[in-house]
Amino acid sequence: MMLPLETLQLLGFGPGGWGLPLLSAAGVTVFAAILGFGLGSALGVIGASLKLSRHIFPRLLGQTYTTVVRGVPEILIIYLFYFGGSLWLTGIMNIGGFDGFYSLPGLATGVIAVGVVSGAYQTEAFRSAYLRLDRGQIEAGRSCGMSRGLLLRRIIVPQTLHFALPALGNIWQSALKETSLLSVIGLTELLRQTGIAAGSTHQPLLFFSVAAAAFFLIGRITGRLVRRVEDHMNKPWRR
Amino acid sequence: MDWLFIQDIFRQMLVGIPLTLELTVVSLLAGFVLAGLVQALVSSRHGIIRRPAAAYVELFRGTPLLLQIFLIYYGLGQIDLLRQSFLWTLLREPYWCAVLALTLNTSAYTAEIIRGAVQAVPPGEIEAARSCGMSGLLLRRRIVWPIAIRHGLPVYSSEVIQMVKATSLASIITLNEITGITYRLASDTYRVIEIFTVAGFIYLSLNFVVSLVFAVVERFLNGHLADRRT
Repeated sequence: MMLPLETLQLLGFGPGGWGLPLLSAAGVTVFAAILGFGLGSALGVIGASLKLSRHIFPRLLGQTYTTVVRGVPEILIIYLFYFGGSLWLTGIMNIGGFDGFYSLPGLATGVIAVGVVSGAYQTEAFRSAYLRLDRGQIEAGRSCGMSRGLLLRRIIVPQTLHFALPALGNIWQSALKETSLLSVIGLTELLRQTGIAAGSTHQPLLFFSVAAAAFFLIGRITGRLVRRVEDHMNKPWRR
Repeated sequence: MDWLFIQDIFRQMLVGIPLTLELTVVSLLAGFVLAGLVQALVSSRHGIIRRPAAAYVELFRGTPLLLQIFLIYYGLGQIDLLRQSFLWTLLREPYWCAVLALTLNTSAYTAEIIRGAVQAVPPGEIEAARSCGMSGLLLRRRIVWPIAIRHGLPVYSSEVIQMVKATSLASIITLNEITGITYRLASDTYRVIEIFTVAGFIYLSLNFVVSLVFAVVERFLNGHLADRRT
């Protein structure tokens, strides 16, 4: 067994301590999760409007997007963007006269992959939230003479967001955990950094437990933030 | 389109399907039994029993599966007591590490599903059964479980699909299931589009079959409501 003092030194910020690399890796995890989730929100809005379209072609497109992405393992999608992106980049570079192999930066690939996956789930969240909206409110807004933009801003967006928020909170948690898969394409996020530390100190149990605790805490803290926003948005409904 | 190549990689990936299915089925079955147990502990009246069980569920739901796999695959070997026990003959195999991680992971999610399903049973039905003199196992077998299963099944079907997808992470600890073969093919040939299209097609088909089976079972269980369907 290890002495507690040694454990502290391994996790500390002094010489031989992994504190700083782990902390910055946690930053990368949160950063990638936020960017990926943000991209997913944009894709989710687009996907939901496709699926709610009156025309068959956009509806089919949206349906294909959510079915395929939700039915295929996330890691496969990450590999696809990693291999595909690198191939594409190498092709461009070779045309430009730079020979050799180029790979896309892990962060960019990872954010796109997490975003595409998250977007498929957010599409469903936004779509079902929009469908819960009371039709009468839209009609009432229209009869008050609101334009499409004003209607969207004052009636549709606030309520859709309110209905979608609980689901979005869950999707955020999934996105956060999904960033751990980016370790396989070389992004030095929390899991990869703890893996490196575990390898060089021969203490996998300690370091992976630390990573678990970090993921758990980040999830807890952000979950609490989401709940606070939910409470805030629930105010008009509270009695 | 190079059909010969597609046929070739398709045939190679098919070899991985049994392992994917095996991982899914074994861990789902073991996970379900464990989930029932955990759920029984979570609904205990005593905090000493309830709190650890609730923490177990929270921990496994709140951390990434890949991390759980690493913790088991790399971490358990550090415990001397385990290394000396007979369990080590199993746990040094990546296969059993993957099964263990998937089982523990799904048991936490399934415990939550069971909890939600049991809570969805209307209290009136239970009161009615009690006033007819039912209690204990009879009450559960005749009233609670049949209603809970009908509530929980749609949610559980998406957990099964999640598990089919989750087995792909076993490839990272060297198991050659569908994703493991796909990765090897992709890094050997770099014909990314064909390879990932075929792999995606296989997973989509598997999950389509899963959702079809659940749809049939749900239809069968809810037959008495068929005329209420709009």
